[in-house]
Amino acid sequence: MKIYAGTRKGLFVIERSRSKWGIKRAALLGDPVSMLLPDADGVTVAQSLGHFGVKLKRSEDGAKTFEERPVPAYPPKPADVVDNDPMRNTPIPWDMKTVWSLESGGADRPDEIWCGTIPGGLFHSSDRGDSWRLVETLWQHEGRKHWVGGGAEYPGIHSILVDPRDSKTVRIAVSCGGVWATYDHGKTWKVEAVGLRAEYAPPEFAKEPNGQDVHRAVQCRGAPDTVWMQHHNGIFLSRDSGRTCTEITGVDPSVFGFAVVVHPEDPDTAWFVPGVKDQFRYPADGKLVVTRTRDGGESFQKLSKGLPQKHAYDLVYRHGMDIDESGDSIAFGSTTGNLYVSDDGGKSWECVSNTLPPIYCVRYSV
Amino acid sequence: MPSIEFTPNLTRHVDCPPAELAAGTVEEFLAQYFSRWPGARGYVLDDQGSVRHHVKIIVDGRNIRDRDRLSDPLEPSSRIHVFQALSGG
Repeated sequence: MKIYAGTRKGLFVIERSRSKWGIKRAALLGDPVSMLLPDADGVTVAQSLGHFGVKLKRSEDGAKTFEERPVPAYPPKPADVVDNDPMRNTPIPWDMKTVWSLESGGADRPDEIWCGTIPGGLFHSSDRGDSWRLVETLWQHEGRKHWVGGGAEYPGIHSILVDPRDSKTVRIAVSCGGVWATYDHGKTWKVEAVGLRAEYAPPEFAKEPNGQDVHRAVQCRGAPDTVWMQHHNGIFLSRDSGRTCTEITGVDPSVFGFAVVVHPEDPDTAWFVPGVKDQFRYPADGKLVVTRTRDGGESFQKLSKGLPQKHAYDLVYRHGMDIDESGDSIAFGSTTGNLYVSDDGGKSWECVSNTLPPIYCVRYSV
Repeated sequence: MPSIEFTPNLTRHVDCPPAELAAGTVEEFLAQYFSRWPGARGYVLDDQGSVRHHVKIIVDGRNIRDRDRLSDPLEPSSRIHVFQALSGG
Protein backbone atom coordinates (compact mmCIF):
# COMPACT_ATOMS: atom_id res chain seq x y z
CA MET A 1 0.00 0.00 0.00
CA LYS A 2 1.22 3.46 -0.95
CA ILE A 3 0.13 6.94 -0.05
CA TYR A 4 0.53 9.62 -2.70
CA ALA A 5 0.80 13.26 -1.64
CA GLY A 6 0.40 16.00 -4.23
CA THR A 7 2.05 19.20 -3.08
CA ARG A 8 2.91 22.68 -4.21
CA LYS A 9 6.33 21.43 -5.30
CA GLY A 10 5.81 17.92 -6.54
CA LEU A 11 4.55 14.42 -5.86
CA PHE A 12 5.65 12.29 -2.91
CA VAL A 13 5.20 8.55 -2.55
CA ILE A 14 4.92 7.27 1.00
CA GLU A 15 5.26 3.62 1.93
CA ARG A 16 5.47 1.60 5.10
CA SER A 17 8.61 -0.43 5.62
CA ARG A 18 8.54 -2.69 8.66
CA SER A 19 6.48 -0.69 11.12
CA LYS A 20 7.22 2.84 9.96
CA TRP A 21 5.85 5.06 7.22
CA GLY A 22 8.41 6.98 5.19
CA ILE A 23 8.91 8.91 1.97
CA LYS A 24 9.90 6.44 -0.70
CA ARG A 25 10.17 8.80 -3.64
CA ALA A 26 9.89 12.45 -4.68
CA ALA A 27 8.80 13.08 -8.25
CA LEU A 28 7.89 15.95 -10.55
CA LEU A 29 9.78 18.28 -8.23
CA GLY A 30 9.28 22.00 -8.58
CA ASP A 31 5.78 21.91 -10.03
CA PRO A 32 2.42 21.92 -8.20
CA VAL A 33 0.34 18.74 -8.18
CA SER A 34 -3.32 19.70 -7.73
CA MET A 35 -4.92 16.25 -7.92
CA LEU A 36 -4.08 12.61 -8.50
CA LEU A 37 -5.94 9.39 -9.21
CA PRO A 38 -4.38 6.06 -8.33
CA ASP A 39 -5.73 2.96 -10.09
CA ALA A 40 -4.80 -0.69 -10.30
CA ASP A 41 -1.99 -0.03 -12.81
CA GLY A 42 -0.49 3.23 -11.62
CA VAL A 43 -1.31 6.83 -10.94
CA THR A 44 -2.53 9.80 -12.99
CA VAL A 45 -1.29 13.17 -11.78
CA ALA A 46 -2.64 16.64 -12.55
CA GLN A 47 -0.07 19.41 -12.54
CA SER A 48 -0.81 23.12 -12.50
CA LEU A 49 2.17 24.65 -14.21
CA GLY A 50 0.82 28.16 -13.80
CA HIS A 51 2.03 30.07 -16.82
CA PHE A 52 2.12 26.97 -19.00
CA GLY A 53 -1.28 25.62 -17.98
CA VAL A 54 -2.57 22.32 -16.68
CA LYS A 55 -0.96 19.00 -17.60
CA LEU A 56 -1.90 15.39 -16.91
CA LYS A 57 0.83 12.80 -16.50
CA ARG A 58 0.70 9.10 -15.84
CA SER A 59 3.15 6.71 -14.24
CA GLU A 60 2.94 2.94 -14.18
CA ASP A 61 6.30 2.29 -12.52
CA GLY A 62 5.79 3.70 -9.04
CA ALA A 63 6.32 7.36 -10.01
CA LYS A 64 9.77 6.79 -11.49
CA THR A 65 8.81 7.90 -14.99
CA PHE A 66 5.80 9.78 -16.37
CA GLU A 67 4.10 10.01 -19.72
CA GLU A 68 2.20 13.16 -20.68
CA ARG A 69 -1.50 12.49 -21.32
CA PRO A 70 -4.24 14.50 -23.06
CA VAL A 71 -5.71 17.32 -20.96
CA PRO A 72 -9.44 18.13 -20.99
CA ALA A 73 -10.00 21.36 -22.91
CA TYR A 74 -12.93 23.75 -22.96
CA PRO A 75 -14.66 24.20 -26.35
CA PRO A 76 -14.46 27.50 -28.26
CA LYS A 77 -16.61 30.12 -26.55
CA PRO A 78 -19.19 31.51 -29.00
CA ALA A 79 -18.75 35.23 -29.49
CA ASP A 80 -22.34 36.01 -28.45
CA VAL A 81 -22.27 34.07 -25.19
CA VAL A 82 -22.14 36.07 -21.97
CA ASP A 83 -20.85 33.89 -19.12
CA ASN A 84 -20.06 36.01 -16.10
CA ASP A 85 -19.47 35.22 -12.45
CA PRO A 86 -22.66 36.66 -10.91
CA MET A 87 -20.92 38.02 -7.82
CA ARG A 88 -17.97 39.69 -9.49
CA ASN A 89 -19.60 40.26 -12.89
CA THR A 90 -16.35 39.22 -14.52
CA PRO A 91 -16.13 36.73 -17.41
CA ILE A 92 -15.74 33.04 -16.59
CA PRO A 93 -12.86 31.92 -18.82
CA TRP A 94 -13.62 28.90 -20.97
CA ASP A 95 -10.16 27.67 -20.20
CA MET A 96 -8.82 24.91 -17.94
CA LYS A 97 -7.45 26.52 -14.80
CA THR A 98 -7.16 23.60 -12.37
CA VAL A 99 -7.93 19.89 -12.35
CA TRP A 100 -9.63 19.76 -8.95
CA SER A 101 -11.12 16.27 -8.88
CA LEU A 102 -10.53 12.97 -10.67
CA GLU A 103 -12.60 9.84 -10.07
CA SER A 104 -13.03 6.48 -11.72
CA GLY A 105 -16.35 5.94 -13.49
CA GLY A 106 -17.19 3.04 -11.18
CA ALA A 107 -16.36 -0.64 -10.79
CA ASP A 108 -18.46 -1.58 -13.82
CA ARG A 109 -16.96 1.23 -15.95
CA PRO A 110 -13.20 0.75 -15.54
CA ASP A 111 -12.38 2.74 -18.68
CA GLU A 112 -14.28 5.83 -17.58
CA ILE A 113 -12.95 8.85 -15.67
CA TRP A 114 -14.74 11.94 -14.41
CA CYS A 115 -12.72 15.13 -14.06
CA GLY A 116 -13.93 18.21 -12.16
CA THR A 117 -12.23 21.50 -12.84
CA ILE A 118 -11.94 25.17 -12.07
CA PRO A 119 -13.68 27.20 -13.66
CA GLY A 120 -16.58 24.77 -13.18
CA GLY A 121 -16.54 22.36 -16.12
CA LEU A 122 -17.06 18.63 -15.60
CA PHE A 123 -15.27 16.43 -18.12
CA HIS A 124 -15.69 12.75 -18.93
CA SER A 125 -13.44 10.20 -20.60
CA SER A 126 -14.63 6.81 -21.76
CA ASP A 127 -11.18 5.64 -22.89
CA ARG A 128 -9.00 5.93 -19.78
CA GLY A 129 -8.09 9.51 -20.55
CA ASP A 130 -7.10 9.15 -24.23
CA SER A 131 -9.81 11.72 -24.97
CA TRP A 132 -12.11 13.97 -22.97
CA ARG A 133 -15.39 15.72 -23.53
CA LEU A 134 -16.97 18.55 -21.60
CA VAL A 135 -20.27 17.50 -20.02
CA GLU A 136 -22.29 20.11 -21.88
CA THR A 137 -25.56 19.25 -20.12
CA LEU A 138 -24.09 20.64 -16.91
CA TRP A 139 -21.98 23.40 -18.45
CA GLN A 140 -25.02 24.75 -20.35
CA HIS A 141 -27.41 24.30 -17.41
CA GLU A 142 -29.09 27.53 -16.36
CA GLY A 143 -28.24 26.70 -12.77
CA ARG A 144 -24.50 26.93 -13.45
CA LYS A 145 -24.90 30.67 -13.97
CA HIS A 146 -25.44 31.00 -10.22
CA TRP A 147 -22.13 29.38 -9.31
CA VAL A 148 -19.46 31.70 -7.96
CA GLY A 149 -15.85 31.40 -7.03
CA GLY A 150 -15.10 31.03 -3.34
CA GLY A 151 -11.49 31.18 -2.25
CA ALA A 152 -10.54 30.42 -5.85
CA GLU A 153 -11.31 33.11 -8.39
CA TYR A 154 -13.76 30.91 -10.32
CA PRO A 155 -16.16 28.14 -9.32
CA GLY A 156 -14.79 24.61 -9.15
CA ILE A 157 -15.95 20.99 -8.91
CA HIS A 158 -14.01 19.39 -6.08
CA SER A 159 -15.98 16.27 -5.19
CA ILE A 160 -17.32 13.57 -7.53
CA LEU A 161 -19.36 10.78 -5.95
CA VAL A 162 -20.04 7.85 -8.27
CA ASP A 163 -22.80 5.85 -6.59
CA PRO A 164 -21.44 2.37 -5.79
CA ARG A 165 -24.95 0.89 -6.34
CA ASP A 166 -25.39 2.37 -9.81
CA SER A 167 -22.61 4.13 -11.68
CA LYS A 168 -25.12 6.10 -13.77
CA THR A 169 -25.81 8.06 -10.61
CA VAL A 170 -23.13 10.66 -10.00
CA ARG A 171 -23.11 13.58 -7.60
CA ILE A 172 -20.74 16.51 -7.72
CA ALA A 173 -20.08 19.20 -5.15
CA VAL A 174 -19.10 22.69 -6.20
CA SER A 175 -17.47 25.63 -4.47
CA CYS A 176 -19.66 27.58 -4.62
CA GLY A 177 -22.53 25.84 -6.36
CA GLY A 178 -24.01 23.26 -4.01
CA VAL A 179 -24.43 19.58 -4.81
CA TRP A 180 -25.69 18.39 -8.20
CA ALA A 181 -26.86 14.93 -9.19
CA THR A 182 -27.37 13.01 -12.39
CA TYR A 183 -29.28 9.72 -12.45
CA ASP A 184 -28.73 9.04 -16.15
CA HIS A 185 -24.94 9.19 -16.54
CA GLY A 186 -24.84 12.91 -17.19
CA LYS A 187 -27.78 13.42 -19.53
CA THR A 188 -29.70 15.52 -16.99
CA TRP A 189 -28.73 17.27 -13.77
CA LYS A 190 -30.49 18.76 -10.78
CA VAL A 191 -29.38 20.53 -7.66
CA GLU A 192 -29.78 18.61 -4.39
CA ALA A 193 -28.55 18.82 -0.79
CA VAL A 194 -31.57 20.67 0.49
CA GLY A 195 -30.84 21.70 4.06
CA LEU A 196 -27.44 23.27 3.55
CA ARG A 197 -27.24 26.66 5.20
CA ALA A 198 -24.91 29.56 4.53
CA GLU A 199 -24.93 31.69 7.65
CA TYR A 200 -22.91 34.42 5.97
CA ALA A 201 -25.36 34.89 3.09
CA PRO A 202 -28.30 37.32 3.16
CA PRO A 203 -31.26 35.56 4.85
CA GLU A 204 -33.24 35.17 1.63
CA PHE A 205 -30.38 33.18 0.07
CA ALA A 206 -29.09 31.35 3.14
CA LYS A 207 -30.89 28.07 2.39
CA GLU A 208 -30.86 28.20 -1.41
CA PRO A 209 -29.25 24.87 -2.42
CA ASN A 210 -27.61 26.23 -5.58
CA GLY A 211 -24.58 28.31 -4.69
CA GLN A 212 -23.82 26.67 -1.34
CA ASP A 213 -20.13 26.48 -0.48
CA VAL A 214 -19.67 22.79 0.21
CA HIS A 215 -15.96 22.34 0.86
CA ARG A 216 -15.97 18.57 0.45
CA ALA A 217 -18.49 15.71 0.15
CA VAL A 218 -17.81 11.99 0.66
CA GLN A 219 -20.09 8.97 0.35
CA CYS A 220 -19.89 5.76 2.37
CA ARG A 221 -18.97 2.94 -0.01
CA GLY A 222 -20.74 0.21 1.95
CA ALA A 223 -23.77 2.31 2.93
CA PRO A 224 -24.11 4.89 0.16
CA ASP A 225 -27.23 6.48 1.59
CA THR A 226 -24.84 8.31 3.90
CA VAL A 227 -23.03 11.35 2.56
CA TRP A 228 -20.96 13.58 4.83
CA MET A 229 -20.27 17.16 3.88
CA GLN A 230 -17.82 19.66 5.26
CA HIS A 231 -19.39 22.99 4.34
CA HIS A 232 -18.03 26.49 4.77
CA ASN A 233 -20.62 26.86 7.47
CA GLY A 234 -20.10 23.57 9.28
CA ILE A 235 -20.74 19.84 9.11
CA PHE A 236 -23.78 18.40 7.34
CA LEU A 237 -25.01 14.80 7.13
CA SER A 238 -27.30 13.24 4.55
CA ARG A 239 -28.99 9.87 5.01
CA ASP A 240 -30.65 9.87 1.59
CA SER A 241 -27.55 9.93 -0.64
CA GLY A 242 -27.26 13.69 -0.61
CA ARG A 243 -30.81 14.72 -1.49
CA THR A 244 -31.40 16.34 1.90
CA CYS A 245 -29.09 16.99 4.80
CA THR A 246 -29.06 18.17 8.36
CA GLU A 247 -26.57 20.39 10.13
CA ILE A 248 -24.46 19.05 12.96
CA THR A 249 -23.52 21.59 15.57
CA GLY A 250 -21.77 21.80 18.91
CA VAL A 251 -18.57 20.03 17.92
CA ASP A 252 -15.50 20.76 20.05
CA PRO A 253 -13.33 22.60 19.08
CA SER A 254 -15.16 23.75 15.94
CA VAL A 255 -17.15 22.72 12.87
CA PHE A 256 -15.07 24.73 10.39
CA GLY A 257 -12.74 22.93 8.04
CA PHE A 258 -12.24 21.58 4.55
CA ALA A 259 -11.49 17.85 4.64
CA VAL A 260 -13.75 14.96 5.64
CA VAL A 261 -13.43 11.19 5.22
CA VAL A 262 -15.99 8.53 6.01
CA HIS A 263 -15.29 4.93 6.96
CA PRO A 264 -15.82 2.73 3.87
CA GLU A 265 -18.17 0.33 5.70
CA ASP A 266 -19.43 2.19 8.76
CA PRO A 267 -21.48 5.21 7.68
CA ASP A 268 -21.64 6.61 11.22
CA THR A 269 -17.87 7.03 11.47
CA ALA A 270 -16.25 10.10 9.91
CA TRP A 271 -13.19 12.24 10.53
CA PHE A 272 -12.59 16.00 10.18
CA VAL A 273 -9.68 18.37 10.78
CA PRO A 274 -11.06 21.59 12.26
CA GLY A 275 -9.79 25.13 12.07
CA VAL A 276 -11.09 27.90 14.33
CA LYS A 277 -13.46 29.43 11.77
CA ASP A 278 -13.44 30.87 8.29
CA GLN A 279 -11.66 34.06 9.29
CA PHE A 280 -9.11 32.16 11.39
CA ARG A 281 -7.98 29.18 9.38
CA TYR A 282 -5.72 27.45 11.87
CA PRO A 283 -6.26 24.95 14.70
CA ALA A 284 -7.90 26.27 17.87
CA ASP A 285 -5.30 27.29 20.46
CA GLY A 286 -2.53 26.18 18.08
CA LYS A 287 -3.37 22.53 18.83
CA LEU A 288 -3.74 20.30 15.78
CA VAL A 289 -6.55 17.79 16.32
CA VAL A 290 -8.71 15.44 14.30
CA THR A 291 -12.37 15.16 15.28
CA ARG A 292 -14.12 11.82 14.84
CA THR A 293 -17.68 10.71 15.26
CA ARG A 294 -18.66 7.05 15.55
CA ASP A 295 -22.37 7.58 16.05
CA GLY A 296 -23.44 9.62 13.07
CA GLY A 297 -22.60 12.97 14.59
CA GLU A 298 -24.28 12.50 17.99
CA SER A 299 -20.88 12.84 19.66
CA PHE A 300 -17.30 13.57 18.65
CA GLN A 301 -13.89 12.64 20.00
CA LYS A 302 -10.99 15.05 19.78
CA LEU A 303 -7.97 13.01 18.67
CA SER A 304 -4.54 14.48 19.31
CA LYS A 305 -2.08 11.70 20.21
CA GLY A 306 1.01 12.22 18.05
CA LEU A 307 -0.14 15.60 16.72
CA PRO A 308 1.53 18.89 17.72
CA GLN A 309 -0.28 20.56 20.62
CA LYS A 310 1.69 23.80 20.72
CA HIS A 311 1.99 26.48 18.07
CA ALA A 312 0.57 24.38 15.23
CA TYR A 313 -1.00 26.42 12.47
CA ASP A 314 -1.74 23.68 9.96
CA LEU A 315 -4.74 23.84 7.69
CA VAL A 316 -5.77 20.67 5.87
CA TYR A 317 -7.14 21.37 2.41
CA ARG A 318 -10.26 19.61 1.16
CA HIS A 319 -8.33 16.85 -0.64
CA GLY A 320 -5.67 16.64 2.04
CA MET A 321 -7.09 13.64 3.94
CA ASP A 322 -7.85 10.10 2.79
CA ILE A 323 -8.79 6.70 4.19
CA ASP A 324 -7.66 3.40 2.74
CA GLU A 325 -10.01 0.80 1.29
CA SER A 326 -10.07 -1.26 4.48
CA GLY A 327 -10.85 1.72 6.68
CA ASP A 328 -7.89 0.96 8.94
CA SER A 329 -5.47 3.65 7.80
CA ILE A 330 -6.04 7.39 7.58
CA ALA A 331 -3.55 9.97 6.31
CA PHE A 332 -3.62 13.73 6.15
CA GLY A 333 -1.25 16.45 5.03
CA SER A 334 -1.32 20.15 5.79
CA THR A 335 -0.47 23.54 4.38
CA THR A 336 2.53 23.55 6.74
CA GLY A 337 3.93 20.47 5.03
CA ASN A 338 3.22 18.08 7.87
CA LEU A 339 2.04 14.59 6.94
CA TYR A 340 0.51 12.20 9.47
CA VAL A 341 -0.79 8.64 9.25
CA SER A 342 -2.92 6.71 11.72
CA ASP A 343 -3.29 2.95 11.54
CA ASP A 344 -5.71 2.75 14.47
CA GLY A 345 -8.65 4.84 13.34
CA GLY A 346 -7.15 8.11 14.50
CA LYS A 347 -6.37 7.15 18.10
CA SER A 348 -2.70 7.85 17.47
CA TRP A 349 -0.83 9.54 14.64
CA GLU A 350 2.61 8.89 13.20
CA CYS A 351 4.48 11.83 11.70
CA VAL A 352 5.85 11.02 8.25
CA SER A 353 7.38 14.43 7.61
CA ASN A 354 7.38 17.98 8.97
CA THR A 355 9.16 19.42 5.98
CA LEU A 356 7.12 18.74 2.87
CA PRO A 357 5.84 21.58 0.68
CA PRO A 358 2.23 22.69 1.32
CA ILE A 359 0.10 19.61 0.67
CA TYR A 360 -2.85 19.79 -1.72
CA CYS A 361 -4.04 16.20 -1.96
CA VAL A 362 -3.46 12.85 -0.28
CA ARG A 363 -4.65 9.53 -1.68
CA TYR A 364 -4.05 5.87 -0.95
CA SER A 365 -3.15 3.52 -3.77
CA VAL A 366 -5.76 0.95 -4.72
CA MET B 1 12.59 32.30 -43.21
CA PRO B 2 11.17 33.43 -39.85
CA SER B 3 12.57 31.57 -36.88
CA ILE B 4 11.38 30.70 -33.36
CA GLU B 5 13.08 30.01 -30.08
CA PHE B 6 11.56 29.05 -26.70
CA THR B 7 12.55 29.86 -23.14
CA PRO B 8 14.55 27.10 -21.43
CA ASN B 9 11.80 27.11 -18.78
CA LEU B 10 9.54 25.61 -21.39
CA THR B 11 12.06 23.23 -22.92
CA ARG B 12 12.27 21.67 -19.44
CA HIS B 13 8.66 20.53 -19.82
CA VAL B 14 8.14 19.72 -23.47
CA ASP B 15 9.95 19.13 -26.73
CA CYS B 16 10.06 22.51 -28.50
CA PRO B 17 13.26 22.94 -30.49
CA PRO B 18 14.13 26.12 -32.42
CA ALA B 19 12.83 26.09 -35.97
CA GLU B 20 12.63 28.06 -39.20
CA LEU B 21 9.35 27.98 -41.10
CA ALA B 22 7.88 29.93 -44.01
CA ALA B 23 4.94 32.00 -42.73
CA GLY B 24 3.43 35.47 -43.10
CA THR B 25 1.87 35.79 -39.64
CA VAL B 26 2.49 34.49 -36.14
CA GLU B 27 -0.69 32.39 -36.46
CA GLU B 28 0.54 30.75 -39.67
CA PHE B 29 3.94 30.13 -38.15
CA LEU B 30 2.62 28.58 -34.96
CA ALA B 31 0.04 26.46 -36.79
CA GLN B 32 2.87 24.84 -38.73
CA TYR B 33 5.09 24.60 -35.71
CA PHE B 34 2.42 22.93 -33.56
CA SER B 35 1.58 20.47 -36.32
CA ARG B 36 5.21 19.26 -36.07
CA TRP B 37 5.52 19.60 -32.29
CA PRO B 38 1.91 19.19 -31.08
CA GLY B 39 2.87 18.76 -27.45
CA ALA B 40 4.02 22.38 -27.23
CA ARG B 41 0.69 23.94 -28.18
CA GLY B 42 -1.01 23.59 -24.79
CA TYR B 43 1.96 25.18 -23.06
CA VAL B 44 1.79 28.36 -25.16
CA LEU B 45 -1.90 28.77 -25.99
CA ASP B 46 -4.99 28.38 -23.79
CA ASP B 47 -8.16 26.43 -24.60
CA GLN B 48 -9.48 29.32 -26.72
CA GLY B 49 -6.28 29.55 -28.76
CA SER B 50 -5.14 32.79 -27.12
CA VAL B 51 -1.63 33.24 -25.78
CA ARG B 52 -1.54 32.07 -22.15
CA HIS B 53 -1.87 34.91 -19.69
CA HIS B 54 1.75 35.02 -18.52
CA VAL B 55 3.38 33.80 -21.71
CA LYS B 56 4.93 36.45 -23.94
CA ILE B 57 5.52 36.21 -27.64
CA ILE B 58 8.06 38.73 -28.91
CA VAL B 59 8.62 39.33 -32.62
CA ASP B 60 11.77 41.26 -33.49
CA GLY B 61 11.95 42.75 -30.02
CA ARG B 62 8.28 43.77 -29.69
CA ASN B 63 5.33 42.15 -27.94
CA ILE B 64 2.79 40.87 -30.41
CA ARG B 65 -0.36 43.00 -30.36
CA ASP B 66 -2.96 40.37 -31.20
CA ARG B 67 -2.72 37.79 -28.43
CA ASP B 68 -6.06 36.19 -29.38
CA ARG B 69 -5.85 35.63 -33.14
CA LEU B 70 -2.07 35.99 -33.52
CA SER B 71 -2.46 38.08 -36.68
CA ASP B 72 0.79 40.03 -36.25
CA PRO B 73 2.76 39.94 -39.52
CA LEU B 74 6.18 38.38 -39.94
CA GLU B 75 9.05 39.41 -42.20
CA PRO B 76 11.20 36.69 -43.77
CA SER B 77 13.92 37.69 -41.33
CA SER B 78 11.66 37.82 -38.25
CA ARG B 79 12.77 36.16 -35.04
CA ILE B 80 10.12 34.95 -32.60
CA HIS B 81 10.93 34.48 -28.92
CA VAL B 82 8.53 32.74 -26.56
CA PHE B 83 9.09 33.25 -22.88
CA GLN B 84 7.20 33.81 -19.62
CA ALA B 85 7.21 35.45 -16.23
CA LEU B 86 8.17 33.36 -13.20
CA SER B 87 6.54 33.88 -9.85
CA GLY B 88 5.70 32.13 -6.62
CA GLY B 89 7.65 30.91 -3.64
